[in-house]
Amino acid sequence: MSSRSKGLWRWVPIAPATVLLLLFLAGPIGYCVWIAFTDTRLTGASGSDFVGLDNFRRAFADDDFRNAVWLTLVFTVVSAVLGQNTLGLALAGLMRAASRPVRTITGTLVITAWVLPEIVAAFLLYTFFRREGTLNALLDWLHLPSQNWLFTLPILAVSFANVWRGTAFSMLIYSAALAEIPRDITEAAEVDGASGPSRVWHITLPMIRRSIGTNLMLNTLSTLSVFGLIWAMTRGGPGNRSQTLPVFMYDQAFLKSLIGYGTAVALLLLLVGSLFSIVYLRLMKVEV
Amino acid sequence: MRPTAPLILITAATALAAGTLTACGGGSGGDPDTVKVAYNRSTDNKIRFKDAHLEAAKKQFEKDHPGKKIKLIPIQAPDNDYATKAQQMMRSPKTAPDLVYEDTFRINSDIKAGYLKPLDTYLPKWDQWGQFVGTAKAAARAEDGRTYGIPDGTDTRGLWFNKAIFAKAGLPADWQPKNWAEILDAARTVRKKVPGAIPLNVYTGKGPGEAAVMQGFEMLLYGTGEDPLYDPSAKKWVAAGKGFQDSLDFVRTVYSEKLGPDVSDALDPNVGTRVATEWFPEGRLAISLDGSWMGQNWVNKGPKEWPDWSRELAQTPMPTQNGQAPGKVSMSGGWAWSIPQKSRNPDLAFDFIKTLQTKENATQWCVVAAQIAVRKDVAAEAEYLKSMPGIDFFTGLVQYTHYRPALPVYPQVSTAIGEAMEKVTTGDASAAEAAKAYNDQLKTIVDGAVVTK
Repeated sequence: MSSRSKGLWRWVPIAPATVLLLLFLAGPIGYCVWIAFTDTRLTGASGSDFVGLDNFRRAFADDDFRNAVWLTLVFTVVSAVLGQNTLGLALAGLMRAASRPVRTITGTLVITAWVLPEIVAAFLLYTFFRREGTLNALLDWLHLPSQNWLFTLPILAVSFANVWRGTAFSMLIYSAALAEIPRDITEAAEVDGASGPSRVWHITLPMIRRSIGTNLMLNTLSTLSVFGLIWAMTRGGPGNRSQTLPVFMYDQAFLKSLIGYGTAVALLLLLVGSLFSIVYLRLMKVEV
Repeated sequence: MRPTAPLILITAATALAAGTLTACGGGSGGDPDTVKVAYNRSTDNKIRFKDAHLEAAKKQFEKDHPGKKIKLIPIQAPDNDYATKAQQMMRSPKTAPDLVYEDTFRINSDIKAGYLKPLDTYLPKWDQWGQFVGTAKAAARAEDGRTYGIPDGTDTRGLWFNKAIFAKAGLPADWQPKNWAEILDAARTVRKKVPGAIPLNVYTGKGPGEAAVMQGFEMLLYGTGEDPLYDPSAKKWVAAGKGFQDSLDFVRTVYSEKLGPDVSDALDPNVGTRVATEWFPEGRLAISLDGSWMGQNWVNKGPKEWPDWSRELAQTPMPTQNGQAPGKVSMSGGWAWSIPQKSRNPDLAFDFIKTLQTKENATQWCVVAAQIAVRKDVAAEAEYLKSMPGIDFFTGLVQYTHYRPALPVYPQVSTAIGEAMEKVTTGDASAAEAAKAYNDQLKTIVDGAVVTK
């Protein structure tokens, strides 16, 4: 048997998986990319034509698209990078120091928010933020001015909702990472007289650097695609003040029936996701 | 994490996006003995009269056609989402229903997309078609002259008002505003004299969708002049001019002067349900620009039983902007039953339309759904005429009514109008700015086929 045919034989066991991947993964992706270059519509036209880069040109000239990109960045940075990530790390750190019952109770609460279906969480937070909602009841009780948060600060309200829902994931990742730091290193630092904050800065953070990168990447990618939460809480409104890219994409593809344009926006969303990923990958490679 | 991981993630995300957008879905093929009927179920779980009516027709049909089955496919969604879902179903023979219930303003887009089947081969052989009035027959006729749907009712629109609130505000019980200014004046009086009441509801914004555009905006716009949206002689869409801006300005005035509901309530997609089941029955709303079907919410088995509604509420026609001829304005729409191009059982599906449109069933439908009849025999039925207080009032508005330009791009134009309304309602833009944004969108939508009036 020549080495060449040996190579071919090696393909046999994974052939079914490859075929399935091509059929169900590469197929739709290819179709998706193709549609992004056409003027396909859901209704109102029977055929579709190849229009080249028109959809992309249109996107960059579209104020609403630029608005959506900006809001997506705000949403991602506020809720994933700052919110979920830092809060998750803080919770994981505090829980290591806490007593067992406190740890169990906090853990259960945070994880409950995480396992709730997105739509249920969305309605819970909708009732929390709405004019007659819990938040305003609390503010009234404290004699602070209340307002309709979903109307005045929609993007912050949905960002907060995403933090509430997604922090558990970061907390779990960081708990695992912190547990792996060998005790003797921290103890040695303590003996050398390093203060609490400087121990965190010089020892803990560098040692969990890879987990930070992983967590940031996963958080960011899942946050970029958040749709149900925003749709149920604000529908991207009022106006388009909480219309992130996924909501904008849905609006174009299904409410305005412009499937081609919507798909092009989806591809651009992927581009934003990959840009974030590249940044994080760089971050993880830096040596201490 | 392995360096390939992000690649996998991205691929997975793409696959997800692709799956959503192409809506690849399974579903069984056709069974030659089953008619699959797709219709929109109300998002209000207490409203089930359509389901009950179809269920009854299904029983009749199955009794009359032994061995044949009707499979009802209720789709519970707001109108826009229902249309999207139905369009996706009609794209593939695997998922296409055999009969679909559609708003007539969308029919032409779906014809153009090749989703619907012409019914002209069936109509001459059907003895009931002659009973339909001309405008109704035209509602589902395409530019190719063929008919693609059987309408089962229409509606008209006017002003509803609460007599008790009007009495408290010192306004007349037989209120008949002559122009827009008189409506706003009445609303201002209510705001001053009856604190706590919502003076005037005008549907607005993207949330309520077509309800806002037709019931709110077009009721105003068609009162500003002839053919304000589409010019049939030039076959072009009309760019937003003075009438358009004035209409937007009316909406802006209502919300900026706090004559309307709280803006966040007004933009809520379910505001229609709140008007019908909370604000009117609880006596909190003075005036609403609303439809002929309102009563169906309050009669037997409606979502909110309210036996006294016909004593507490009154109706009056919507006036034109400055009272110019003919003085009154109304908009009409209506829904129709159509057979998708990819249906496997079109003949049997048409048989089910026949069952739905026996004179008895058609009358029954107009009564339970508070529809304005489109059949001459039904319109003359005592049962129909007695069915609802005010039905003669709304039937009388038919002479002033307008139909929307039933063209394929209308649904997109409608979305653009909804956005313009939302901008002035939230105060994000002035009427002139919103009108300019609408003009830009309109040019893209209709490929530049625009005239200025």
